[in-house]
Amino acid sequence: MKNLALVLFAVAIAVIPLFMWQDSEFGGADGQAEELITAIQSDYEPWANPLFEPPGGETESLLFSLQAAIGAGVIGYVIGTVRARAKREKL
Amino acid sequence: MKKFMIIFTLVFFFWINSFTEPAAMHIMEGFLPVWWTVFWWVVTIPFIIWGLKTLKTAIDKNPEAKLMIGFAGAFAFVLSALKIPSVTGSSSHPVGTALGTMLFGPAAMTVLGTIVLLFQALLLAHGGITTLGANAFSMAVAGPFAAYAVYRLLKKAGVKTGVNAFFTAFSANIVTYSVTSLQLALAFPSESGGVFASFLEFAGIFAVTQLSLAVCEGLLTAVAVNWLEKHRTSLKGVNFS
Repeated sequence: MKNLALVLFAVAIAVIPLFMWQDSEFGGADGQAEELITAIQSDYEPWANPLFEPPGGETESLLFSLQAAIGAGVIGYVIGTVRARAKREKL
Repeated sequence: MKKFMIIFTLVFFFWINSFTEPAAMHIMEGFLPVWWTVFWWVVTIPFIIWGLKTLKTAIDKNPEAKLMIGFAGAFAFVLSALKIPSVTGSSSHPVGTALGTMLFGPAAMTVLGTIVLLFQALLLAHGGITTLGANAFSMAVAGPFAAYAVYRLLKKAGVKTGVNAFFTAFSANIVTYSVTSLQLALAFPSESGGVFASFLEFAGIFAVTQLSLAVCEGLLTAVAVNWLEKHRTSLKGVNFS
């Protein structure tokens, strides 16, 4: 029960801001940092560009969900392995 | 029923987060002057070597540790893919380095965290190769080492492992982004107020956004640690350091 409450609380923290800022797009904090750099040093030119850049938001979110999926897959595998061990030890 | 509820809630959590604008939280490619990128690489590389040795020793001592190293890496991988809306109206993501720090020590997370950053830099244009040294220093060196100090201190004070996990993860997150702010401030000191004024401005963007996220990350790490604690006898000798 304790873990369920913790997860619910974590979800609440992530969801509440969506209602607090109805008109925000929740852009990345790094975009703001980029603006600040230009504000402090207006002549700064980035001297390198990403080797590969996802063509758009859709592809980027695909790659991000791929990252999460790979991680979740491994976590699921480990949970299963440990649970099977626990079961075997009980016998 | 309880397990179903936890899974359902997590699915809902990931689903909500998938709607938020893609965002990057690390220093962007090319956005640190050359001298600084070299500096942070030089500082970070010894920690990577240290981490590789730590991991090798852990596996040599107990080959079963591989499974939990995978778990710690996967945990960081998942958490750093979640861009969570913050109370400031922008988004940022957790770092996920606390769990592995508690299991294998901070240097091990330098290696795993750098791998996560490399993936994001190469495939997601999130962070960058030139800035990887600096980003690895904040997320995979400063964060885990500070978190480790918090973890050991609270452990000495007799705080329960699950509760300790919350504070350890909270510190890993906050320290990571404070160091990012400091790195940017050092490279871009404000003309009037110098490094400190710049630091406050960058920290205003990063660290404040991180506050609610750090709480989120703390809670999720606590859930993972509670689960590990419950199955402690089935982890084949892997335990919290």
